[in-house]
Amino acid sequence: MIRVTLPPHLRKLAQVDGEVTLDVEGQVTQRTVLDAIEARYPMLRGTIRDHVTQRRRALVRFFACEQDLSHEPPDAPLPDAIATGAEPFMIVGAMAGG
Amino acid sequence: MSGVRVLVGTRKGAFILTSDAKRERWDISGPHFAGWEMYHLKGSPAEPNRLYASQSSGWFGQIIQRSDDGGKTWHQPGTPPGEPTTAPDGSPKGESNKFAYDTSPETGKPLTTHQWYDGTPHPWEFKRVWHLEPSLTDPDIVYAGVEDAALFRSTDGGQNWQELSGLRGHGSGPAWAPGAGGMCLHTILFDPSNPNRIFIAISSAGAFRTDDAGKTWRPINHGLHSLYIPNPTAEVGHCVHRIAMHRSRPEVLYMQKHWDVMRSDDAGDSWHEISGNLPTDFGFVIDVHAHEPDTIYVVPIKSDSEHFPPDGKLRVYRSRTGGNEWEALTKGLPQSDCYVNVLRDAMAVDTLDKCGVYFGTTGGQVYVSANGGDRWAPIVRDLPAVVSVEVQTLP
Repeated sequence: MIRVTLPPHLRKLAQVDGEVTLDVEGQVTQRTVLDAIEARYPMLRGTIRDHVTQRRRALVRFFACEQDLSHEPPDAPLPDAIATGAEPFMIVGAMAGG
Repeated sequence: MSGVRVLVGTRKGAFILTSDAKRERWDISGPHFAGWEMYHLKGSPAEPNRLYASQSSGWFGQIIQRSDDGGKTWHQPGTPPGEPTTAPDGSPKGESNKFAYDTSPETGKPLTTHQWYDGTPHPWEFKRVWHLEPSLTDPDIVYAGVEDAALFRSTDGGQNWQELSGLRGHGSGPAWAPGAGGMCLHTILFDPSNPNRIFIAISSAGAFRTDDAGKTWRPINHGLHSLYIPNPTAEVGHCVHRIAMHRSRPEVLYMQKHWDVMRSDDAGDSWHEISGNLPTDFGFVIDVHAHEPDTIYVVPIKSDSEHFPPDGKLRVYRSRTGGNEWEALTKGLPQSDCYVNVLRDAMAVDTLDKCGVYFGTTGGQVYVSANGGDRWAPIVRDLPAVVSVEVQTLP
């Protein structure tokens, strides 16, 4: 079971409180985690990564295990602690004021 | 008893203001979608409880919201949570916030760049929906004007959106350039007497018209004169801020341009200036009285670099002669130390017997006049900066 934390605006859109837990089939990567999130919460499609290009939105960051994974390739395996559910995969709105 | 519902979009959420026909006591609902930029909300003329809203964020992009109960509850009209995102045949279900430009060779011609501020080619990139215009007759049909400028249409209540690519593809698209607010398609006007005719306006490209329901478009900027572009009378490149019409006389259009207030008597084929005795002819909003097609309203703003009223006095100007002769409307409005702006989508009129006029400011005030502008009163004073104001007249 993968644990994911969403920023408050996206939690409200998805109508969830706290962490989201997901089953991810196969290798656990950014892409497979995001695919699982968007399948469970279709209202989040386009809010984390672009609909067309599938690229991470510029002001969205991915953190996990005290690392910034925002610029890792989307198909690179995520740390084991994410895959086992020991640590959450954190989707964060960049600190940009406002 | 009849009443009004005012839909207010702000930089940090949406508000719904309701009153009976007296328009003296108001109920305030909101903020809806707190923290999001709400560029525009608008109700369907065919089904007043059907509302559409554009919700956006620099972080998380574009969301379309819909209400089917007059704004009490809202939902994204795509795939509901928990349902499969693909139909049994494998095709994707609705993605109500997906605005993908048409790049097909057949219809999209594929347009890849427009002009950037410095004149260099710049890729076309979707940023947000500025304006939503529901069909006059079908609550499930709604048009969206977006940045970077393009026109989209949904025929299923906002679940799926398709570009009307004849607009960008008509030939001048690569020469369009953004205004200070971005390259936005902000005005969509339907001709009530001709379902095939639609007017749109883009900053900074100009005004365009279709006479075949959106398949093909042509610029309608003859008579506009803009000193801030290389050729002041160019076919495109004019920074049109807003266009308004009276539904009984759709061939007459009124325009607030970057500078100049303009009028067309031939559906945009030609324009002439009607700025007359205005203290400044820069501004953003323009609207028409609900029952008097020659009575129009503007809010003069000092200049393109000083976005506030001249002399710190917030004045609506009214012309009862279709332009040129203007009177200042000041009763109830601040007449000293006022330095707010009134943005292009932030004025509206109701259709009650005594026409109500509404406008919102970047200082968070929404003003109403229940007597065609003679006297004004604030409905609310301290909202976030107001981006848009629409009003529905309810039975």
